[in-house]
Order: sequence, then structure tokens, then C-alpha cells
Amino acid sequence: MKKLQILLACFRNMRLALVVAAAASSLFAQGERNIINIETGQRPALAVPDFRGSGEAQSHMAPFNGALFSSLQDSGQFTMVPKTAMPLHVPQQPSDFKGGEQGYSLPDWAGPPSNTNYLAFGYTATQNGQIVLYGWLFDVRQANLSSAQVLGKVYTSTLDDQGARTVAQQFAADILKNFGATGLVGTKIYFTSDRTGHKEIWSMDYDGGNQTQVTFYKSITTFPVVSADGTKLAFTTYANGRPQIYMHSLISGRKLPYYNQSASMNAASDFTPDSQHLLIYSTAGSSFSQIYMTNVDGGGLRRIGSSRSPEVEPKVNPKNSGILVFVSGRSGFPQLYTMNADGLDVARLTSGQGEAVNPSWNPDGQHIAFAWTRGFEPGNYNIFVMDVASHQFQQLTHAEGRCENPVWAPDGIHLVYSSKRGRSTQIWTMLADGTAKRQLTTQGNNEKPVWGKATN
Amino acid sequence: MSKSRISPFRSGRASAWLFASALLVFTAACGKKTPVQPPPPPPPAAPAPAAETQERPSITFTAEPSSIEKGQSAMLRWQVSNATEFSIDNGVGPVGSTGQRQVYPSATTTYTLSATGPGGTETKSVTVNVSSAPPPPPPAESHESSIDVINRDVKDIYFDYDSNTIRDDAQATLTSNAQVLKRVFASDPNILVNVEGNCDERGSAEYNIALGDRRATAAKEFLVQLGVPAERLRTISYGKEKPVCTDAAESCYQQNRHDHFAPAAQ
Repeated sequence: MKKLQILLACFRNMRLALVVAAAASSLFAQGERNIINIETGQRPALAVPDFRGSGEAQSHMAPFNGALFSSLQDSGQFTMVPKTAMPLHVPQQPSDFKGGEQGYSLPDWAGPPSNTNYLAFGYTATQNGQIVLYGWLFDVRQANLSSAQVLGKVYTSTLDDQGARTVAQQFAADILKNFGATGLVGTKIYFTSDRTGHKEIWSMDYDGGNQTQVTFYKSITTFPVVSADGTKLAFTTYANGRPQIYMHSLISGRKLPYYNQSASMNAASDFTPDSQHLLIYSTAGSSFSQIYMTNVDGGGLRRIGSSRSPEVEPKVNPKNSGILVFVSGRSGFPQLYTMNADGLDVARLTSGQGEAVNPSWNPDGQHIAFAWTRGFEPGNYNIFVMDVASHQFQQLTHAEGRCENPVWAPDGIHLVYSSKRGRSTQIWTMLADGTAKRQLTTQGNNEKPVWGKATN
Repeated sequence: MSKSRISPFRSGRASAWLFASALLVFTAACGKKTPVQPPPPPPPAAPAPAAETQERPSITFTAEPSSIEKGQSAMLRWQVSNATEFSIDNGVGPVGSTGQRQVYPSATTTYTLSATGPGGTETKSVTVNVSSAPPPPPPAESHESSIDVINRDVKDIYFDYDSNTIRDDAQATLTSNAQVLKRVFASDPNILVNVEGNCDERGSAEYNIALGDRRATAAKEFLVQLGVPAERLRTISYGKEKPVCTDAAESCYQQNRHDHFAPAAQ
């Protein structure tokens, strides 16, 4: 009976929360401040016309142009110039800037209607059985052609669609480097997929390409975690009956030794920034799941904090490994808390409303992304980002299904997450202002994504 | 049938004819004294049908089937000729010349049909063998393993949302489960039970692994308090990784918020 009253009170609170949320969102609309500032107003205008290929290379230009455009657009670094606003003639090499036809002089691009700051152009050809890309980036606002070139480079790969995408991504990565952006080319997303009939760990490129099975345990294998240096993958598997932590080398692909505590459950949660330790949650020393740190081989177990409630998902601040964010049920429904690595100074980050789970640190160490049912029914999670110092937060998904497990990309402005719509759970990426949402997976159910740095 | 029957009335008339013709011959001889050739002697008298022609009763008497089990019935059928009185012993009593009667002997019984007619009394017997119904065979050798008992008699328990509190209904179930488990564990040293904690799909997978572990542990602690040996109970949390059903409805959520007790080899 008492429980029912509490439950009803919860619902009443939830209704109140909805009213508050509605009021807050209208205020927010006036404030129009993104927690993660994507600097929309200051983004340079980048023109990326379609490239053409000579000879056999032309048949691979559709995937090439798609990959080049989306890599640059999805980076969040640019305002993309619409193709309809571009001049009629597109240069294919610097010598085309000879004046005459509209498009063959810099002001044709810098002026209206395209108002371009930067132009990416070039072409592909077939050379020695490979595809070769000649790519340039020009600052079209320069007065002299001689000072316009920002980038000019040759890229080669295999003469097929994948090779065409690869040279496009490498070109895009070089363009992004010129703007100081990390870029996502070469980064890998690890995730759990049930497409074989068992939950296994898979990997894919940042844009959903190259989806590859990593584990073959034919059990329940999930919760992948990738080390900051990109060399190790930890995950949790029922391969031995009870949930245990396994460690794989991403270099050799082999299983590495990891000593599991004798406990009903051990689950991997996060590597420390130095990649030398693993944060786990385990029932090793309590009848409640508690937070521990171990060496990467499972030795050196050290408990962090103590409570008589389930505690899960510890994540280390990448800029200050003395601070953790974690999820605890100590005040009822799970909420986000921070604490020091010695277990002291526990503070709640979220308001206590709903259920707040799946914290992920931005590489800046100042923001987190997480999933929250705030204002919604249990299970109805949306992606939020929060400024840890001020507790200010912003909701990034709205009525897009059940959205969970947001994890930051190495560039700090992208998020990967899962969204369950109907019965199907798939992996999506977006910018941290909630724009540029892209679905990366379609086969089976795919969840628990984590984003690993480029390793080469 | 009618050919073989010789009516007593007809045989009586035949003898009257013989007497009359013999008298006629005698009177004629006395009237005329003329010497006449004596007539040929009468043919030798036909064998008298008199008493000797009374046939003995003939009986057809069967029991079908002749062997029954106790409680079943047999059908007696009979047909008697050349008799006027018919009866069957063993409680059947007087009967007609043809007939049938269902009998329920409780033990092997010989029924004797007696038929009495002008030709005498004839009897015929049939025996109905009664075997008492076989006692039920001994129960099949018990192949019921500890695993079967646990699967059948140890019931799941259910939880409220985000809770590992043992509800009243779960206490009753666990109390009954404890009885079964103590008995099974006492008789079978090679069995143990995995207490599997499960959650509905709404919480996060990470939190549910911890919550499912609490649910399994809570049930284990309760059973141990009731005397179930702790070392025979092992907890496993499946979180929400092993749902019983996948509908987005409370009835399904409730089914998934449960502990299952799975037998396992020691």
C-alpha cells in the first residue's frame, strides 16, 4: 500500500516535471544556447561540388562523392554550400582557374550566390590498376590564385567502391586537419549486435562502413569498452555462465588474460585515460554491485566508494582521472553521481527525476552525455548533454524512439547512440546540438556503441 | 425338425387300426364254415412307436465368453428340445426352451442347464471362468530426477519495478520452494540450483544486471533463512538479456521481473 502511494507520488511528480519541463523548454528556446557550442554562425562555408573520374574511375564516383560530402558535412565544422548555388563550371585542377567560363575564377565562388569560403575540388583517374585522387582545397577569398591553395594532395587506393570511399575519407580528414578538427576518419565504433542470433561485439567505421564481427562466443556478449589508446577492447560475456569481463587485443585480435573476481557478476565499464586500468562494477565484496578499479589484467582490485545500493557504469574524467561519474540507486531510481577516485565527495548530478543512466564524458572533461527518462514514462529514455559544473542540461532527442547509450566521438562534437523504434534497435550518430542524425546500422538489433580513436 | 417328431396321437391311431382289422378277420371265419385257405399271416407288426419313440431332450448350451474378469459379464445361451421343463442352477432359475441370460459370476462358476421332457432329463454344463481383475502393476520405476522435481515444483517469483523486495506472494512461493529444495538437496547430493534474476526491458541494461543480481541474492537469502543450504544455491543475473516475452505491456514487464530457479549439476 505504502509502495503504491509512493508510486502515485512519483507519477504526480512526473506530471509536475512535465509542466516544469515545458516551461523550461520555452525559456530554453529564448536562450537558444547549446551546451556544446557548435558555433553555427562562425562555421566556414565549404563548397564540395561533385568530382568526376576519368575512365574506369567514373563508375566509382557515386560512393566517392557521397563519402566526401557526408564526411565533411557530418564533421559539424562547416556550413555546406548548396550545390544549386554553385557556379555552372567546376574546376577540376588549379590550371582551370584561367577565367572565362563562369566558375573558373575565384570571385565566381566567393561572391553571391554561393558565398563560398573554401572550395574542395579535383578529380579521380585510374593509374596502375588503382584509383588515384587529385584533391585540392582553395581559399577562394584570396585575391591571388597563387595564395589560394590550402591543400593539394594525391591519394591512391583500390579501384572499387570501397577504395573510392577510402580516398574520399582521407581527403576529408586532411581538409578537417586544416581547420584544427580531429575528424572522425579512421575512428572505429564498437557495438553489440545480435544479427548472428547471439549478442556479439562488432566494429564499424565512423560512418557505418566495414561492419565486422569481433567476437565469436555464441553466448550473450555485450558492453564493449575500448581503451583510450585504441589497443584494447574489454567487454562482458556470459560465455562462462555468469557475467564476466574478457579483454581482447585490437592489434592481434587475440584474447588477453584478465582475472575475474569470484563473484556473481563482473562487468567492464571504462578504461582509465592511460589505458592501464579498468573500471568495473562487481559483486566481489558486497551483495550489491559496487565500483572497483583493476589493472588491465584484472589484478590489483581496489574498491571505490561504498553503498547499500546497486552502483554501475563508472566513467573516468578524461582530463582528470581523479573524478568519476557513475550511476547509483542510492536515492531510489538510478541517478548520475560524481565522486573522487578515492570514493569521497559523492555528489548527485541529476535532479532525482526519472532514471538517469549511461554517462559518457566529453573529451573536454567538462560535459557528459547520458540517457534520461526525465519527464517521460519509465523506459522512455532520451539523450541529454550536461555541463557538469553548472548542471545545465539540454535534451538532444525528442520522440525518436527510446534513445540510450550516448558516447562521445573523439572529436568531442559527435555522439553515437542507440535508438529503438518499434522493435528494432539501431545505432545512430548526431552532432551534439541534436542535428545531423544518421542511422549507421540496419541488420538485426545493434546497441551499446562506444567510439574508439583512430589508431594509426 | 418336424420330420423327426412323431406325434403320440398318430401312433395311437395306428394301433387302433390294427386291432379293428384283426377283429374283422375273426368274425368272418365264424360265419361261413367253408374251409378256406387261411389268409397269409399278417405281416410282422411294425415296431411299436410307443414308449421307445419318446426322444430324450437335446440341449445346446453355451457361455460366451467362457473366460471373464471379475466384474465383467458372460452371456449364457441355450436351446432345448424334447423337454418341457428347463432350469439353470446357480441362481438363474427356470427358463424357457430357448433364451439367453447375462450373468455376472464373481468367481468361476459352472452353470448346469437341466431339461426334463417325456424322454427323460438331460443336463448340460458350461463353465464361466472368472479371473479376478489383475492388481495394478507396480508404479513404473521412478525415473523422476531431481531436475524434473525442481522444474515442476520450484516456482518463479515476481518483483515490483526497480525493486528487489520479496513481495508477499513471493514469500509464499519461496516458502514452498524451500520445502522442495530441502527435500531434493537431501536426497540428491549432485544437484544445485541457479537462482536467475531477471528484469523488464525498461531500465538500462547496465543497471539491470546489478538489479537482477539483487533479485537473485534476495531470493537466495530468503531460502537460506528457511534452511536451504546456501552452498547449493548460486545466483546469476541476466538483467534484461533473457526476456520471457518482449511486448511493451505491463503484463509482459511483470513476467520478466522474476527470479527463475534452474537446476544444474553440481
